[in-house]
Amino acid sequence: MTIRLGGIIAGLAITAVLVLWSLLPGAYNLAFGPAPEQQPSYAFYEHGEGPEGGFSFDGPLGKWDMAQLQRGYQVYKEVCAACHSLKFVAFRNLKQLGYTDAEVDAEAATWTVPGIDPNTGEATTRPGEPTDYFPSPYPNAIAAAAANNNAVPPDLSLMAKARHDGSNYIYALLTGYGEPDPEKAKKVGFETPTGLYFNKHFPNVNIAMPPPLSIDGQVTYADGTKATIPQMAADVAAFLTWTAEPSLIERKQTGWFVLGFLLFATALAFLSYKQIWAGVKPRKG
Amino acid sequence: MSFAWAKQYEPKTPLMKWLDEKLPLPRLVYNAVGAGYPVPRNLNYMWNFGVLAGFCLLLQIVTGVVLAMHYAANAQVAFGTVEHIMRNVNYGWLLRYAHANGASFFFIVVYLHIFRGFFYSSYKAPREMIWLLGVVIFLLMMATAFMGYVLPWGQMSFWGAQVITGLFSAIPLVGEPLQVWLLGGYAPDNAALNRFFSLHFLLPFVIAGVVILHIWALHIPGSSNPTGVEVKQESDTVPFHPYYTAKDGFGLGVFLILFSVMVFFLPNALGHPDNYIEANPLSTPAHIVPEWYFWPFYAILRAFTGDLTIPFTGITLIPAKLLGVIAMFGAILLWFFLPWLDKSPVRSGHYRPLFRKFFWFGLIPAMIALFICGGAPAEEPYVIISQVATAYYFLHFLVILPIVSQIEVPKPLPFSITEAVLGKDKAPAESRAGSTDAGTPGALPEGSLQPAE
Repeated sequence: MTIRLGGIIAGLAITAVLVLWSLLPGAYNLAFGPAPEQQPSYAFYEHGEGPEGGFSFDGPLGKWDMAQLQRGYQVYKEVCAACHSLKFVAFRNLKQLGYTDAEVDAEAATWTVPGIDPNTGEATTRPGEPTDYFPSPYPNAIAAAAANNNAVPPDLSLMAKARHDGSNYIYALLTGYGEPDPEKAKKVGFETPTGLYFNKHFPNVNIAMPPPLSIDGQVTYADGTKATIPQMAADVAAFLTWTAEPSLIERKQTGWFVLGFLLFATALAFLSYKQIWAGVKPRKG
Repeated sequence: MSFAWAKQYEPKTPLMKWLDEKLPLPRLVYNAVGAGYPVPRNLNYMWNFGVLAGFCLLLQIVTGVVLAMHYAANAQVAFGTVEHIMRNVNYGWLLRYAHANGASFFFIVVYLHIFRGFFYSSYKAPREMIWLLGVVIFLLMMATAFMGYVLPWGQMSFWGAQVITGLFSAIPLVGEPLQVWLLGGYAPDNAALNRFFSLHFLLPFVIAGVVILHIWALHIPGSSNPTGVEVKQESDTVPFHPYYTAKDGFGLGVFLILFSVMVFFLPNALGHPDNYIEANPLSTPAHIVPEWYFWPFYAILRAFTGDLTIPFTGITLIPAKLLGVIAMFGAILLWFFLPWLDKSPVRSGHYRPLFRKFFWFGLIPAMIALFICGGAPAEEPYVIISQVATAYYFLHFLVILPIVSQIEVPKPLPFSITEAVLGKDKAPAESRAGSTDAGTPGALPEGSLQPAE
């Protein structure tokens, strides 16, 4: 009885404090207080969609499109790598994109990585080897910030997982540059600050990154694919999906085997359950 | 303990006889989860989640121990070693995704287990101790899961650690030094990461210990059942093995199918993308949210937006933050008092018409609202919804439950589990008159069980 009485008193006290000091003032404020301020930029944000037809790796039966991954790698190398590192990916991983050992060796050697002079011990550079990881374009974060108007270009290894719906987000972001609707901008007094760029698919629509893909044909694809901006954006988004999760397709394929086994095993478990309980009348209703 | 009709363990081979004399471990297993444990014959699938929770704990320990072999709890490299696991360790991605989603599934299973307890009043005498130990397990799980989420050292790890340890700073006088002491610094850093790793490795074994006590306490009165009527006679029970090992085995299969769908096809759906960004003390995420299983309690924490003041004097008695912390911890701690708050002699919600209405149309919607608000940004209408739901949450357990249990007229209970199952029970008249929980050996009533061949 004491516990119940104490409980009722405690319950009423907590509710009274909550209702009188938090709920009612909050409700009053909501009804009569000033409306919460909205950043004018919110009016310009548009949710971005992925490329038309989606990606080849989408869905439970998805597969990598090796040619696309190779094209995406080319876009990363020729465009993104000027500012963005890829620190969790090694050159040896490129074998997964369908390159041979010799091609990986040759590709690694086209990159310059930091090294140590074996004779003097001084810091120097050398051609990359398959075991090396992709080098950062800047020696450190301060240098990166200094070269980029104080905005450090993020590492791209995990970008496709570090944003909601990342593969589509990357595609949308790369194709989302442009100008805000001038009439609308004038009406709400919106202006992209100096040093930033308007991008309707970036959360606050003002992004520090200048448009990386600016003209069709910015890269020349070896396989003859026409390098339009949407094409390059889709290719590099696919490549960055692979860098974020190299085991993506292996994971899904393993999943089908596991599910197949489990469905079979669970069916057997169900049958043995039914057989064991056959002598016991089941519970009604 | 056991019922009088429980089967006795009989070692068959000389080796097992010898073992039984020296260390009766097989006997213990036989009596705990074997044919020697009589269980009510009418358990529905809601009674599956205890076994599944035990399985989840085992899964977390096995995957976690292997992950710990490849992980380094150092703020400089922790994020990188997690990526090393994902990329270079053989099937490291499977281990890590199984561990991360395993935590979520552990909570799903345990929440269903707890709400089973709410609906069927499993906490009532003679099972109070099982319930109390269960609440201890749940609190330990929350601590373990929180510290585990810090280990990948992503943005949400870091800022989650900052926010959760910041709760302690709300305690008057000692709060700020306490937070510094807990973190080993003014902000989460190497010292915090290291101790969280150490504790995250330790606590699951503490949980396993309390689980053993939980099961031990369960075997004193035996399992509850959907009618809430205690076992009276042999025909009310079936041996745990093979009946419930078979049924739980099927349940485990269904669980593993759902678990595999998440691990192999949607492994990041329950996580937050920001945790794939390395921890950065200089950049605060737009919305700091804990893992989904903390959302209802996070909503209670944030529901208190106003300081408790004396009106017109400007004197603050309790700041809003402290109110929120008290309410959040109180929301779980009040479960400890449930066995004494709910005095209705009837256990099962099926026979409690008024209680059932408050359960389905009060508690469940309030929990769903709290869950949604906890994951949403702290803006209207979520704040007001979470305040209404929080108010209901406390009223439900502390006010409605004691009053309902006093005034409710329960529906008539079946005489026995056998009657509930078969619609009739030919139990002797004298045992009907003065029913006893001791069990009545002797003539087997109709419907008594013979294992199927």
